[in-house]
Amino acid sequence: MLRFILNRLGQSVVLMLIVTMITFFLINLAPGGPTGAMRMEASPEERQAIIERLGLDQPVIVRYGQWLGDALQGDLGTSFNSSEPVIKRIFDRLPYTIELTVFTVIFSVTIGIIIGVISAIKRGRAQDHFINFSSVIGLSVPSFWLGLMFILLFSVELKWLPASGVGPRGEAFDLVTYLKHIIMPVIILSMTILPNIVRFTRSSMLEVISQNYIRTIRAKGAKEFIVLYIHALRNALIPVITVIGVLIPRLLSGAVITETIFGWTGIGSLIIEAANSRDYPLVMGITVVITLVVVLSNLVVDLVYSKVDPRVKNLA
Amino acid sequence: MAKILEVKNLVTGYRGKDGFIKAVDGVSFDIEKGETVCIVGESGSGKSVTSMSIMRLVEYENGQILDGEIIFNGEDLTTKNAEQMRKIRGSKVSMIFQEPLTALNPVFTVGKQISESILFHQKMTKQEALIKAEELLSLVGLSEPKTRLKQYPHELSGGMRQRVMIAMALATNPELLIADEPTTALDVTIEAQILELLRKLREQNDMSIMLITHDIGVAVEMSHRIIIMYAGKVMEISETSDIIRKPYHPYTKALLESVPTMDGERGTELKSIKGSIPSLNQLPKGCRFAPRCPLATEQCHSQEPPLVAKDNRQVACWHVDKFINQADTEQGREGDYVE
Repeated sequence: MLRFILNRLGQSVVLMLIVTMITFFLINLAPGGPTGAMRMEASPEERQAIIERLGLDQPVIVRYGQWLGDALQGDLGTSFNSSEPVIKRIFDRLPYTIELTVFTVIFSVTIGIIIGVISAIKRGRAQDHFINFSSVIGLSVPSFWLGLMFILLFSVELKWLPASGVGPRGEAFDLVTYLKHIIMPVIILSMTILPNIVRFTRSSMLEVISQNYIRTIRAKGAKEFIVLYIHALRNALIPVITVIGVLIPRLLSGAVITETIFGWTGIGSLIIEAANSRDYPLVMGITVVITLVVVLSNLVVDLVYSKVDPRVKNLA
Repeated sequence: MAKILEVKNLVTGYRGKDGFIKAVDGVSFDIEKGETVCIVGESGSGKSVTSMSIMRLVEYENGQILDGEIIFNGEDLTTKNAEQMRKIRGSKVSMIFQEPLTALNPVFTVGKQISESILFHQKMTKQEALIKAEELLSLVGLSEPKTRLKQYPHELSGGMRQRVMIAMALATNPELLIADEPTTALDVTIEAQILELLRKLREQNDMSIMLITHDIGVAVEMSHRIIIMYAGKVMEISETSDIIRKPYHPYTKALLESVPTMDGERGTELKSIKGSIPSLNQLPKGCRFAPRCPLATEQCHSQEPPLVAKDNRQVACWHVDKFINQADTEQGREGDYVE
């Protein structure tokens, strides 16, 4: 097991290197630079001075080498915009994204599996058709549009929920207010993965239900509840877990949109700010963090997978 | 002897595009206490559907019992509701299946799967059930039962898995064990061991066995009586010793002749039954075997023969008398030849 984990982490290092390299060159290919995004009245000389101060007159390859050297020592540099260390800016915002995504994963996985199972059991009946229809809608409607509609309905018209923000923190924290703030972002972000989980659980469950061992369990005199929720679901979840692993990166890119719509100050909205102002070190820092999260979550999924399916125990 | 099971005029169908397709059409037979009865027939003859109907499992697989009675211990199983049926399944009537690899749940240990069969029907702690499971595993002849309890199905060989299935089926001392082709997926030496085990367990536990097989050799080896099925109908029911001595139905004869023998002459072609079993949605009008039968006449093609009693057996053939006589003369001729 330990060897497996170390092996996977080793592969991840290579992956991280490639991801940072691609990101670094891409962001430098984007037209304009940090100075282009600044106030218009700056003179060309002033701009040139800034470029030199930030070291942007160097070739890209040299700058990447410098960045990598620093990053390997744990220094992700200083944000162009705020002159604060990139690490600090990221860690100020990261907890909010973690809150949002963890709640979304819990919500989507529980609800998705329950709905998927219902859909499979009621195959071909009205409930199943309704669920299938809703999943397709959920998959096809873009989340930025749905988010705005939610704001229009629940915040502007009904005035039930706040339209944006993360709610008061620290001493002013209040659970009800907090939940009111987080519920819409969680639902909208769920739309990026929930329909997939529903559809996958449904098809996986349908496949399992027709297996011979389900017949055996019924022949043993098991209650229908045990047949479906203990024996069938346990098997049906194995492929669903893999899909959840694949969906986590999608969730993070969904967070970029959701956080921007709802003014949720996580790293999703931070990366938009960073990219718009060509804050190269900040973009790179966030990329590193997100890649790390994806790599780690996939590792966790693989470990869970080997726990659930005894046949892959010897994956090391 | 008392009858443990009586199936009367059973009709079971599966939902198709235009109504039910009858996979079993008016089947009647009985099984006595302590008896082994084999149902023999080609694939698609309705053997498995008959057993699934007795267990009332067809209704979970898009099927339905359309007519008939299944009297088990004096009670009609077709009138039971789901919960009553659940209590009978796996406790009084158990079933083992063809593919021991796919018939066991891959994600649970052998111990869990055997002990749960006990716990579904008997009040005891998980610990006690595991101890019972261990006893069952040694009863079915598995070595190191304690280790086996903690293993998963994929860690066992085919023969071992089938033993686990049998242990599971015996967990609650059933009165009737239905074995649906239990040895089809196993190799011959293991097959012999499993059949021997079933025979031993039947004697020890005084249970009845309904063994389903497409291999008439296995049936002859194992059973007291044989039921020959074809395309959802019973063709012949007879004592095993009678049937091998002298089949009364052309289909039975054809089945017996298609078994390869060790003492057959080298180079002679093995007999097979020409044609194939008709599909259930385009059954012939008369006798279902008529299109493949060498004796078929106009009557066979237009009218379905009923299952009638004849010399201590039951046969469904219009030409049973002619067939018996013909067989007698053939035997006589063979006798002459030997002399």
